[in-house]
Amino acid sequence: MPQQSSQTILDVVTWIQRHLDAGLSYRFACRVGMCGSCAMMVNGIPRWTCRTHVNKVMRDNSLTIEPLRNLPLIKDLACDMSEFFEKWTDSKGYFQGSTTRHDPVSTLSPNSPQRRVADAATECINCAICYASCDVVNWNRDYLGPAALNRAWSLQNDERDSASAERLSVVAGDAGCHQCHSQQGCATYCPNELNPTASIAGLKRMVAKAYVRGELGAGGKGRQGPESDA
Amino acid sequence: MLEVRLYLAQRASAAIMAPLVLIHLGVMIYTIQGGVDAAEILERTRGSFFWGANYGLFVIAVSVHAAIGLRNILREWLSLRGIGLAIISWIFFAGLLMAGLRAVAAVVIA
Ligand code: SF4
Ligand code: SF4
Ligand code: FES
Repeated sequence: MPQQSSQTILDVVTWIQRHLDAGLSYRFACRVGMCGSCAMMVNGIPRWTCRTHVNKVMRDNSLTIEPLRNLPLIKDLACDMSEFFEKWTDSKGYFQGSTTRHDPVSTLSPNSPQRRVADAATECINCAICYASCDVVNWNRDYLGPAALNRAWSLQNDERDSASAERLSVVAGDAGCHQCHSQQGCATYCPNELNPTASIAGLKRMVAKAYVRGELGAGGKGRQGPESDA
Repeated sequence: MLEVRLYLAQRASAAIMAPLVLIHLGVMIYTIQGGVDAAEILERTRGSFFWGANYGLFVIAVSVHAAIGLRNILREWLSLRGIGLAIISWIFFAGLLMAGLRAVAAVVIA
């Protein structure tokens, strides 16, 4: 195929679909690294293809483009993302407020230490690159995974959120933060340079403190294995 | 809750082992300078509460630590779950503990 300057992997896939195989299935939307839908394995490494330049990742003049690891395949390069998103909901990866529109708007200092921690983990685009890079996900299909746990950590540090106790008991469960080996695969490949490993380590500390203080609930629901509670 | 308990037990057992390993290495290096043989070592360890407690504690910490580590490996590599996983881990723990305490008894009890 013709090479061009600043050509991305997504350009290559699109060229193949237009010129060689009209039935090729893949996913993308924004093409500028915002939506998180275009991730694929490129020469064995998970990458956001719209922001990955061919000349940076080509090896021996060849490229191998495959669907994301650790996710069921729908067709060609399109994976089924359901389990990835379900784990977000399982780990209560959504904000739960306790005020209504009639209450005054809460004020947050962007400089408070807790807010900085929450902010550091917040710029996730749900691309599942970390999920694809994680060996523990590969071994244990129930593991909530780096993205969902990173999100949980961000919310645990949001002082307006009111579901902290429940969320903590879920991430402390059999499929939660204690499964992580802290080997930083997720942090190495996250295109937004987030560090889910550090977030998960934060959750482990938070869970340990809550346990010692007797504040940890009786284990969450969701993806818990049979031996989740003794 | 089990995961949290195991996590804390593994951290605590590591924290116990670390200084004991250093004591063990330090004393070994120190004693062989003067050239002691097995009999002389046994003479010092027999009936010693200090060495009994030192190595007894070490054996307990190792058994806890290794059993939890093995449990993780079995779970990830062999996808073992539930009661089977618990039984194998407990057996491994008990085996290590017995073998270790026997060895401690052999050098401490006269
Ligand atoms: S650090 Fe933890 S979450 Fe990240 S890839 Fe490794 S095991 Fe998975
Ligand atoms: S943490 Fe990073 S790699 Fe994982 S889904 Fe979010 S942006 Fe993608
Ligand atoms: S197409 Fe949106 S991140 Fe690549």
